[in-house]
Parts: sequence; structure tokens; C-alpha cells
Amino acid sequence: MTDTSIASANSPLYAGRRRRNAIAKSLALAATIFGLGWLVLILGILIYKGIGGLSLSVFTEMTPPPGAAGGLLNAIVGSLILTILAVIIGTPIGVLAGTYLAEYGRHDKLSSVVRFINDILLSAPSIVIGLFIYEVMVAPMGHFSGWAGAVALAVIVIPVVVRTTEDMLTLVPDTLREAAASIGLPRAHMIVRIAYRAAQAGIVTGILLAVARISGETAPLLFTALNNQFWSLNMNAPMPSLPVVIFQFALSPYEEWQKLAWTGALLITVTVLALSIIARSLTSARKSS
Amino acid sequence: MNSGERDVSEAVLKDSTLTASDSASRSSVLRRLRVTDKVFHGLTRTAALLVLALLSGVILSLVYGAAPALGTFGFGFLFDESWNPVTERFGALAPIYGTLITSAIAMLIAVPVGLMIAFFLTELCPPVLRRPIGIAIELLAGIPSIIYGIWGLFVFAPFMQQYVQPLFIDSFANVPVLSILFAGPPYGIGMFTAGLILAIMVLPFVTSISRDVFDAVPPVLKEAAYGVGCTTWEVFRYVVLPFTRVGVIGGFMLGLGRALGETMAVTFVIGNAHHVSASLFAPGTTISASIANEFTEAVGDLYTSSLIALGLILFFITFVVLAIARYMLMRLQMRAG
Repeated sequence: MTDTSIASANSPLYAGRRRRNAIAKSLALAATIFGLGWLVLILGILIYKGIGGLSLSVFTEMTPPPGAAGGLLNAIVGSLILTILAVIIGTPIGVLAGTYLAEYGRHDKLSSVVRFINDILLSAPSIVIGLFIYEVMVAPMGHFSGWAGAVALAVIVIPVVVRTTEDMLTLVPDTLREAAASIGLPRAHMIVRIAYRAAQAGIVTGILLAVARISGETAPLLFTALNNQFWSLNMNAPMPSLPVVIFQFALSPYEEWQKLAWTGALLITVTVLALSIIARSLTSARKSS
Repeated sequence: MNSGERDVSEAVLKDSTLTASDSASRSSVLRRLRVTDKVFHGLTRTAALLVLALLSGVILSLVYGAAPALGTFGFGFLFDESWNPVTERFGALAPIYGTLITSAIAMLIAVPVGLMIAFFLTELCPPVLRRPIGIAIELLAGIPSIIYGIWGLFVFAPFMQQYVQPLFIDSFANVPVLSILFAGPPYGIGMFTAGLILAIMVLPFVTSISRDVFDAVPPVLKEAAYGVGCTTWEVFRYVVLPFTRVGVIGGFMLGLGRALGETMAVTFVIGNAHHVSASLFAPGTTISASIANEFTEAVGDLYTSSLIALGLILFFITFVVLAIARYMLMRLQMRAG
């Protein structure tokens, strides 16, 4: 018995298996370092290039004409307005649809179709959403507008919120629902007063993730909100936004513009990463409690 | 279910001894509750139907917008390389080719690397590091695509032009097939660079989904394999991977869907040239990059319509890919649940 095991431990077959195992393990380690390396590289260069341009004037001055100094104020404000409006339009629809999937029609045919379609919308190319809003809003109205931009972003918000709302409501234990039903509480009241309250943190996480997603979106804004070199709060006119300004400035030959593009890129990335980290900590805090 | 609950509550109310005025006010309250219940149910249902309406709206508006171009060029639109706004002759071959090639490069790199990272995270990584590394990889997915674009244009493309591409061109100059794939002057921008950037963007998707499905493998299976003396790699290769095959492929498809539709990162570095070239270093274009670059400048209905037709093709391709992805992930869920 001992003889054979020693023999097999030294056999070429066993050595080969061990070697293969070692190679696979080091490849896995290398792949992980490779993946993390990109993150460090991208963030590092972003900070290096963006931090130099970061000054008070970025937040107080308008986007400059070519060759002049300026800031990103109108783009930042435009982005804020578009994002907030998109969330105001998209969240109620998303939460209600998610409620239907989790509470009323958890197992019916309609829900499984909606769930499937929602998943498709969740990963649909955002530029196609832009084309869609162009066709239904910009072309009939005859001009680009902030409203079109906000609606395009709302279309991206909806599937994210639907998905997280449904997931979070499904996690609420059914005993809570049964307790509510047993004291005669109608379903709608049970959902609003009990299920929503229990799933609150999760639903907020979904909304935050949606905000993180749309605050960096460029493609759907290119031909809906377009861009605007000037200060504008008119929702019926083209509206500037940070991502579109970055796109325009980065591809320009002017050094000041490119510098502002890097600064804007840093601002967006910090915002998006902060949002997704906050969202994550919200749910993990809930899980551990 | 719903009506059953209501019956019970009504029966309870009927049985209890109430004065006439009490029961009258109770029944009015009950009626109000019932109305709000109905309204809320209706609202949620409408919202759910709105999701369906959104998708149909996307398809209908794209078909409507693409109709003039498809009517003029017919099926030849798919196989025509020309893209000439002056003579108004448009074909989708070059953008479709570019989209497929860049996505293929992205998947070729992201799939093995993503799988190995997931292998590392689930089987090898010390438990303390698992969460932070997982989150860091997922942060890569959170970075907006325009950041990848600007980074690709100013940092990655010059690096490719100076170091990587000349190296490839020189070393493969006399190798039969590769000399055609890696030919021409090193522009820096082009399909190869775009594919690499897409690979970095797709990586977190492949990784996080693979990790999630690997985690779902019952520990008993792995323990049994270890028990008969398998190495870590063999457990992964012959137990974990076959068990999760469907889910892993679903994850690839999700990543592929993202690569196909990705716009901003590619637009910066693809070069926007409507040519089909064998060399991966040549500038090309993708469907989304063509739309992003040209849509606002398109003059003439046929030009605009051709771009929308491109959008329709892109939507069709991604729809099929995503549908397969969801189907596979759903199958895995059904088996697990």
C-alpha cells in the first residue's frame, strides 16, 4: 500500500498534474493582477491628468470658446437637471412595475414576459435609446431639447429600478404579508406600508445605481439634448451636459478644451464611483444586520 | 388569492356584533380601501405594461425611421461597403464588419481572463481579499464608457502606436496569415485598439457573472472531487466548469451584448473609416460609432434613415444575443431553484 502511493507520488503522471495545477493557479493570479492593473492605471491617469485642471473656476465659469480659459458650470448644472428629471420620470414607473412583478403577478404569464423584456432593455445599447427618443420626440417637435434628453435617460433608469425593486420586494418574507392580510389590510396598503418599508434600503440602492448609470451616459444625449455652449435652463432648448461636453472637448484640437475634458472626466468618475459605493454599502449594511 | 383574503375579512366583520352606524362607517371605509386597492393594482399593471410598450416603441420607431433607407437599398444594404453622403449611396457592411471584429477581439481576451479571475476569486483567493477584489473588478464596470474613450484616445492609442503595433507588425511580417491581420502603418487608433478597450470594459461582466455561478456550485460536489484526489485546477476544470456551463455562457453573452452596443469608448479610438480592411490595425467603424459620429451632421432624409437602419440592425443583433443570454441564465436558475 505505502509502496504504490509513493510510486504514484513520484510518477510522471502525478508530477504533470501538479505542474498543470501550479500553472493554472499562477495564470489565475496573473489574470487578477491584470484586471486590477487596468483599474489602477485608468484611475491613476485620470487623477493625474484631471487634478491639475481642478480649480474653483471649473465650478463658477461657463464652458469657454476655443482657446480661452473657462469652467464647466453650465455643463454640470445641465447634467444635474437632466439626471434629476430622468429620475423623477423614471423612478415611479420603475418602482410600480417592479411592484407588479413581485407582488401582484409574481407567477403569471405577463410578468415573465415583462421580466424578460426588462432584462433586454437593461442591456440594450444606449445609443439605440437615443435614436428612439429622437424619432418620437426630437423629430416631431422639430428641435433638440432638454426634455428629450431627460426622457432618454429616464428610459435607461426604468429597467434598472424595475429589476432592483422586484428583487428587493421578493426578499421581503411572506410572513410579513400574511400578518398584514390576517388583520384585514388590503393588498395595496400592505405593499405601501409594509413591503415598501421592509425593502426601502434596497429600492434606494436601485435608484442610486440608476443615477450612477445615467450620470455617465453620453450616447443617448448626443442627439436628444445635444449640447449648448451657454448657460441655459430652458428645457425646450438644447441643453449642455457634462458627458457630451467631454466628448466634444476631448476630440477638439484645443489644449484648454482637452484639459477641461479631463477635469470633467475626473468629476464624473468620482461621482459615479462614490454613488455605486454608497449604494453597495446600503445593501451590505442591510444584509449584515 | 386576493378575493379569498377579502372574503375572510368580511366574514369576520359580519359576525361581530356592531351597531348599525358602526357597520355603516366600516363598510364605507372598506369600500374606500377596496377602491384604492384596485387603483393601485391598476397603476402597477400599467407600469408593467409600459415596459412592454417601451420595447415595442423602440422597435417600431426604428423600423419606421429605417424604412426609407431599407426601401431604397433593399437587402443589398447589408452587403454594401459604400458609404457616400454625396451620391447618397449607403451600405452597412463596413460598420457591421467593424462591430463584429471589435467584439470578437474583446471576447477573445475577456473570456479567458474573466474566467481565470473568477477561478481565482472562488477557489484560490484568501477570504479576506475576496470582497475587496470583487468590488474593485466591479468598479471597472461602473466607470462610464466615455472615460474609457478619453483614456483610450489620449493614453492607450499613443502607447499602442509607439510600442505595441510596430512590434506586432515587425514580428509577424513573415508569418502567412498574421502578416495580413497585423499589417499597415501603426495609426494607434483602429479596430485592434478598440477591441482591446472593449475587452477591458467587458471583463467585469464576464468575471462577476462567472463568479456568481461558480459560487452556486454545491460544495459537496467539489468536496467529493477533492476527496478522490483532484487538484484545485482539476476540480475547477472537470467539476465546476461543466456544472456551470450554461450560466457561464449566459455571462459571455451578456458581455458580448455590451461589447456590440458600446458606443463612446469605441467612437474615440476606431477612426471612423467606412472600409472593410483585413488588417486589424486599420481604422474602421462600428455601427454605434457611425451613428454617434454622423447622426447630428447627417443632411438629407436618406442619410439619416440609413443611420437609423444601422441602429435597427444593431438592436436586432443585440436583441438576439441578449435573448440567448437570458434564456441560458434562466435555465440555470430553474435548475438551481
